[in-house]
Amino acid sequence: MKAAPFEYVRPDSVAEVCEILAADEDARIIAGGQTLIPMLAMRLARPTKLVDIVRLKELRGIRSDDGAIVVGAVTRQVEVERSALARRALPLLMKALPWVGHPPTRSRGTVGGSIANADPSAEIPLVAVTLGAEIEIENSGGRSSMPADEFFIGAMVTSVIPGDCVAAVRFPVWSQPRLGTGFHEVSARQSDFAFVAAAAQVVLDEGGRCIDAVLGLGGVGDRAERIDVSALIGADVARFVISDLVRSATEHMEANSDLHVSADYRRRAAAVLGTRALGDAIAEARAADGMAQ
Amino acid sequence: MKVTLKVNGRLRTADVEPRKTLLDTLREDFLLTGSHAGCEHGVCGACTVLIDGEPSRACLMFAVQADGYEITTIEGLAPAPGELNVVQDAFCETHGLQCGYCTPGMILSAHALLEHNDAPTRKDIVEAISGNICRCTGYGQIVEAVELAAERLRQTNVPRHVDGTRPNESLGDSTTTDAPKAAHTPHGARR
Amino acid sequence: MKPAAPMKFVSSNRRVREDRRFVAGQGRYVADVVLEGLLHVAVLPSPHPAARIVSIDAAEAMKMPGVHYVLTGEELAKATDPLMNGLDTPNVRRYPLAVGQVRYAGEWVVAVVAESRAQAEDAAEKVRIVYEQLPYVVDSEEAFDSTSPPVHAAHGSNLLLDKTFVWGEVEKHFAESQRHLSFRVVWGRNSTVPIETFGVAAKWDPWREMLDVWASIQMPKYPDQIARALRIPLNNVRVHFDVDVGGSYGVKRGIKQSVLVSHLARVLGRPVRLIEDRLDNMRAGDAHGPDRIFDVEIAFNDDGIVNSMKMRALDNVGAYAGRSPFQLGKPIGAIVGPYKIKSVQYRAIAVTSNKAAQEAVRGFGQAPTNYAIETAIDKVANTLGLDRIEVRRRNFIRSDEFPYLIPSGTHYDSGDYHTVVAKVLAHANYEGLIRERDALRAAGQCAGIGIAACLEPSGGNSAFEPLLNEKNTTTTWMDSCRIVVDGLGSVTATIHTTSSGQGHETLAATVIGEVLEIDPDLIRIVRPDSLNSLPSNTPVGSRMAIMLGGAAFHAAQKLKAKIVRLAAHQFGCAEKDVVYGGGTVSHAASDRKFAWAEHVNIAHRNFHLLPEGMEPGLETTHVMQVPTGTKLPENGRVQMYPCHSFEFHLVLIAFDPVIGKPEIRRYVIGHDCGTVINPRIVKGMTLGGIAHGIGASLLEEFVYDSEGQMLTQSFMDYLLPSSHEVPKVEIVHHCTPSPFTVFGQKGSGESGYLGAPAAISSAINDAVAPIGISFSKLPIRIAAISDAIAAAGELQTKVKA
Repeated sequence: MKAAPFEYVRPDSVAEVCEILAADEDARIIAGGQTLIPMLAMRLARPTKLVDIVRLKELRGIRSDDGAIVVGAVTRQVEVERSALARRALPLLMKALPWVGHPPTRSRGTVGGSIANADPSAEIPLVAVTLGAEIEIENSGGRSSMPADEFFIGAMVTSVIPGDCVAAVRFPVWSQPRLGTGFHEVSARQSDFAFVAAAAQVVLDEGGRCIDAVLGLGGVGDRAERIDVSALIGADVARFVISDLVRSATEHMEANSDLHVSADYRRRAAAVLGTRALGDAIAEARAADGMAQ
Repeated sequence: MKVTLKVNGRLRTADVEPRKTLLDTLREDFLLTGSHAGCEHGVCGACTVLIDGEPSRACLMFAVQADGYEITTIEGLAPAPGELNVVQDAFCETHGLQCGYCTPGMILSAHALLEHNDAPTRKDIVEAISGNICRCTGYGQIVEAVELAAERLRQTNVPRHVDGTRPNESLGDSTTTDAPKAAHTPHGARR
Repeated sequence: MKPAAPMKFVSSNRRVREDRRFVAGQGRYVADVVLEGLLHVAVLPSPHPAARIVSIDAAEAMKMPGVHYVLTGEELAKATDPLMNGLDTPNVRRYPLAVGQVRYAGEWVVAVVAESRAQAEDAAEKVRIVYEQLPYVVDSEEAFDSTSPPVHAAHGSNLLLDKTFVWGEVEKHFAESQRHLSFRVVWGRNSTVPIETFGVAAKWDPWREMLDVWASIQMPKYPDQIARALRIPLNNVRVHFDVDVGGSYGVKRGIKQSVLVSHLARVLGRPVRLIEDRLDNMRAGDAHGPDRIFDVEIAFNDDGIVNSMKMRALDNVGAYAGRSPFQLGKPIGAIVGPYKIKSVQYRAIAVTSNKAAQEAVRGFGQAPTNYAIETAIDKVANTLGLDRIEVRRRNFIRSDEFPYLIPSGTHYDSGDYHTVVAKVLAHANYEGLIRERDALRAAGQCAGIGIAACLEPSGGNSAFEPLLNEKNTTTTWMDSCRIVVDGLGSVTATIHTTSSGQGHETLAATVIGEVLEIDPDLIRIVRPDSLNSLPSNTPVGSRMAIMLGGAAFHAAQKLKAKIVRLAAHQFGCAEKDVVYGGGTVSHAASDRKFAWAEHVNIAHRNFHLLPEGMEPGLETTHVMQVPTGTKLPENGRVQMYPCHSFEFHLVLIAFDPVIGKPEIRRYVIGHDCGTVINPRIVKGMTLGGIAHGIGASLLEEFVYDSEGQMLTQSFMDYLLPSSHEVPKVEIVHHCTPSPFTVFGQKGSGESGYLGAPAAISSAINDAVAPIGISFSKLPIRIAAISDAIAAAGELQTKVKA
């Protein structure tokens, strides 16, 4: 399983990267390589040129910016796991990261790589969609951004066109105090691609009423989706039956069948895991200031 | 392309096609045959090496990407010819291997864990080796080896990065811009 | 027989000496062997399950950089003989490359040789092959149907074997029994998939007319089969056994790869190597295992006593048949499991289909058969409302009934099944486990306890060959050891096979050290090549503790006897008056003695002091036959293997009824393999076997779609258990020595694997029993569990409505 031949270049700037990509449709970006290189080894992908961006400082780092956390595209997944800033500001992402591959793939794999790969069951895209993150893209025209749920179009398909380079992910931060998150996943083995993954984030007021809530499901259809949980907003969470809400939202979801699981399974699991994730988020939010369970 | 890699503390040069993986370069150009090919698509972990102290799949890296890092292979662990380090010896004591094919990768993953966690729980160990598939042992005696090595290391005076910091960042990578890096403290310090 | 005195080295916790080189990364696997001028092979697979090869155009490929040769099946078929079959099926011909037609998707059609593997792969893509697709069949029952398109037209059908054995008065017992039940279970196609794929390098020396071969091999008669295929004398083939094998567990048969590479080495005059990549291996290497449908009928009484069993085993061996149909034959040696079933009717059917060819897997068919037998016992218990362990107890052979003759002609040597079970239940706190299960159920989980009791026949011979193929009259299945004490007193012993992690060097040194009473760590074990070796049949059939252990023991006893005779001659006394202790020989009456170095010196240098007729030097050999393996089958009955280890599995599994992902919460195994020569090695075998069993029952399968395409081509879809998927296993020991072996040891190379799939299936079925469903196919996938529970719920709703 040796890759077909290709050229290798390591430009010094993002601008140069975009130039190269625009000039050669068959050139591809390589960052962590954890997803791309297996495809090259199996000759499922045959780029003429690999453009290595992983050392570009301008695409690296985790910083706070105007109520959001901006994660540079080539930031390694393990760096986010170990970041104190990310831990404080993005608790949902922190819960998702241990499910991304294994420790050795997280040591090299990048946040941007996971986003650009757009696997329907990938955890980082799920969190991005759930939180309404923005994907920042650089090309010869400069930097633009678009909401995650517009960026992800289908299975392994995003809005990028030749000449684009995913530059960063901007995750909104919820700064309210009574915040809770929940993340659940089912896969054949711990480190496999999820059959279904659920990510939830909830904020409550002092009286235990829900101020804001989001729930996302990955792995069910061709891309991660946010589920409409607006019925929860304003409600007294102690009296709300989450499972009914989640089940009715998931029972007619578009779902895929494959070698390992049926579409019906995905829908069923989505209902259960979505309920659990939301339930965990609510419980965590309630515990956030010692409220009775 | 010519490439200069730092392997087990030494700079080594090879002239390779861009498509040649780090694994193949280590094995063929540097004759370091302790890292093994099991699947060549990043699942089995038999090719595991340490890149700046982090377990990484050598089959998922091209040699041309690997300059500027500290690469450690199994050959870099033994303190001297014919001697074994604490982790290697623990694997011999509990018989944490049979055919030996996954073993170099497994030991490097264990070694990396113990550099940063001097009292790993069974759960920590299982997670740390979860990227290394073994078909012989069923993992039982491997977990025992890591537990034994942890216990022995706790009793020695070997400095480790037990406060959770990483060893020196590689020459090529930029650092993250958040929390300042804590200084490397010798074994005995607690987080 | 078991030595009376406590042993010094055998059974003590000694390090496994092979580990030392492996932890340092200093193993020497076939890909590590450096050969000057080595060329590399890549193979081009067939895209179709069945097709005529119309044309092969290699012109463009030959022009690619670094390319030396493109080999087709047609050329290979002219230069070599077809590979051996086990059954008498001369019209099922197999060559390393497809000849005239392809018979499964993935079959190797063309081999490209180049300066590097990458260049060979580049060139392989340029080979243009025109195919004309043919009808194909993948399903087993369809293949069994005589109207299915035969994979081998010359053979006339897809039927390789259809043989029915009737041992005992089956119909009478069925008529007399109060109860009957029947069921079907399916063992999905999977295998033990080592992390190292198969690889082989060969070099032909025309000056010495010698073919040197290095391979990752575990195959009896391997040099023989290469010699036959290449039409050269066997002493022109030199296989190097000192190549470390990165796991095999039965599968690495390597014949087609080796013949391919050897032929190329001869043609090209340079060493040639093929290392399968993972795709090569999964699609068309020696990677697939039993693919079996069992239809079972049981005749039993109200008290749970099973009187008789009828079993139909239909195995889909794939497009070619080497040894694999024998995997239907070996289980005959334990066809009633550990139970006193009085009679058995066994119909063994092997069919070809357009799937990859199946190879041997750990246990050689025993694990699937145990799955069927244990399912039967569980069903008997459930039908009668009896405890599943109690039913087993009632049917177990009792410890005072050994040696026990089973209907198919094998005597089980020894065992104490009731005690092992009692020990396991006590250790596991069975009542507590039941309460734990019930508590999990009360909390809304599905929870079940799984049970399996089974035997590990060990000391493998090939008695199943003459049983399934009357033209085969093989009863000899040897192994051997040679010991040399050199002039300075160091001991070196040779073993004559490759190993893949079983610790044979440690085993041999321990045994020899025990007999000679010297430290095993001072004994060097080496592996000569096949021309320097005594006969061996390799570590298959869980045989090496018995056979290598036995050969080493006898060789050491001979050496000790020679030393005693030499000493008696010096002392001028009878041999019985010489005391051998710790390597020293002494004569109490005269107070004389010789230390080791002294009597070694006499043997090597003082010929004038040797007794009449004694050869100078100190070396001995022993070639050993399998104990009890002396006769051909008679009336479809034969003594299969000599020794029978026993294992009893107790498992607690729980899962959410919707998510359906089984979690093993407790795993206890009782294991009795007689005397344990090295406890750490045996523990490793058991734990590793259970991990294989977890894979086979929950995760692993080679899946073909209805178009004959294999969907599980890599480790992304063929799921191997990681450390997360294998729980901590508690092993409870017992020792019932074998009367047939030198220390009472039995084999343990297959332990854990033989019963784990049955136990896990049993647990999941216990978990869903309250819902009224069950699973009868392995692996039991997460979605299948969830889908079945959901369907049962819908049915309940419908029924209620």
